[in-house]
Amino acid sequence: MISVRNVAKTFTLHNQGGAVIPVMEGADLEVAPGECVALTGSSGAGKSTLMRMIYGNYLAASGSIIVGDVDVATAEPREILKLRRETLGYVSQFLRVVPRVATLNVVAEPMLAVGMERSAAVSRARELLTRLRIPETLWELSPTTFSGGEQQRVNIARGFAHVFPAMLLDEPTASLDAANRATVLDLIDEAKARGAAIIGIFHDEEARARVADREIDVSRFTPRAA
Amino acid sequence: MSTPATPLLQVRDIRKTYGARIGCTDVNFDLYPGEVIGIVGESGSGKSTLLNCLAGHLAPDEGEILFDTRADGLKDTLKMSEPERRMLGRTDWAFVHQNARDGLRMGVSAGGNVGERLMAVGARHYGNIREQAIDWLDRVEIAEDRVDDRPGAFSGGMQQRLQIARNLVTGPRLVFMDEPTGGLDVSVQARLLDLLRGLVREMGLSAIIVTHDLAVVRLLADRLMVMKSGHVVEAGLTDQVLDDPQHGYTQLLVSSVLQV
Repeated sequence: MISVRNVAKTFTLHNQGGAVIPVMEGADLEVAPGECVALTGSSGAGKSTLMRMIYGNYLAASGSIIVGDVDVATAEPREILKLRRETLGYVSQFLRVVPRVATLNVVAEPMLAVGMERSAAVSRARELLTRLRIPETLWELSPTTFSGGEQQRVNIARGFAHVFPAMLLDEPTASLDAANRATVLDLIDEAKARGAAIIGIFHDEEARARVADREIDVSRFTPRAA
Repeated sequence: MSTPATPLLQVRDIRKTYGARIGCTDVNFDLYPGEVIGIVGESGSGKSTLLNCLAGHLAPDEGEILFDTRADGLKDTLKMSEPERRMLGRTDWAFVHQNARDGLRMGVSAGGNVGERLMAVGARHYGNIREQAIDWLDRVEIAEDRVDDRPGAFSGGMQQRLQIARNLVTGPRLVFMDEPTGGLDVSVQARLLDLLRGLVREMGLSAIIVTHDLAVVRLLADRLMVMKSGHVVEAGLTDQVLDDPQHGYTQLLVSSVLQV
């Protein structure tokens, strides 16, 4: 489902004399449907960089990144947007939404974007928010004023709302209490069971041991010369 | 949502000069139905010149602007007759000015401002026009009891929302926006952004938004073009351009934004 082949990444700092910094080379990674692969490596090793290249918000310098039938490394913006709408989900640690939109709508939005009927989308949003223990009294409020943990759970509800065939999870259990953490791990297990290919970054070792089938240490993609 | 195969708008080699000075040059892009493209750059970078060329307010020196018209398919809007282009400006196109006063008739009531655009495309039944005007005022969150007030009695944010209602009432397919949230305070901006995003999705609008506010484009635009000295220096997916800018100028622009 996700196939990363010989990917390299460099950053060119034009405002510092055009310095070119190679940060990754020869990155290879295959994830099959129903499989969860954890990216490991110390902070700064390039876990998030690799994940962002797969999502398409970082440009790969070379190589191919196939998700479904799209090569993210070379695709047109509108192909990537379609991929993100239908195929590739991303749960980051931070919620980024338009202020003033009600939580229920924030969660329903990805489903509406793929054409789900409003009533079905809202009922699934309610179900997810309930599972993630967001009190119903908050559903009509914008999540921008919520606590960090609540925002993260809203973000998770939103991320799992549409049944994406491929998912990227960046620290999905960070800063959650035990009960909510267990719910998130259940959601990941359920996504795997329905055949989603998942790549995750988990600093939480127990969580990683429970959901990840394999681990890939990204420090082996660090360029030697650097 | 399916991905439409034909672009709504195709822009080819647009160039506009002011004497020896370049307004904008070598601008090329396609805009698909439902897509929102942001144009960013500092003052004087040519973004407003480009927008005005695209919207038919300025005549470019060179280039083609092909629009997929409902009746006749692709047509070069630069070669259209003046009445034809004016009709397009009243029906399929809309233009939201930075300063609401430029897009509103200040001597006419709020309802009249919205109704006028309907009448321009042939609506004649007063009751229907008023009903539709009230419906649109409601969609942009202006209370029904303000329908007979003149825009001069409205706050800046309300004027801007009224301008949007006036523009969208005829169900355009392409909206040009010049700094739509400029000059409004942040809470009003947020409300307007939320409104615009909802309308874009519900109506399947395509939009071209010129702004210098990177936070606005991150929330509204699918794609981004960065302009400097009349040239498009970088273009791509909005979050890619903002998170991993490739051009030196974009890197400077992104790193100059105050973090909040």
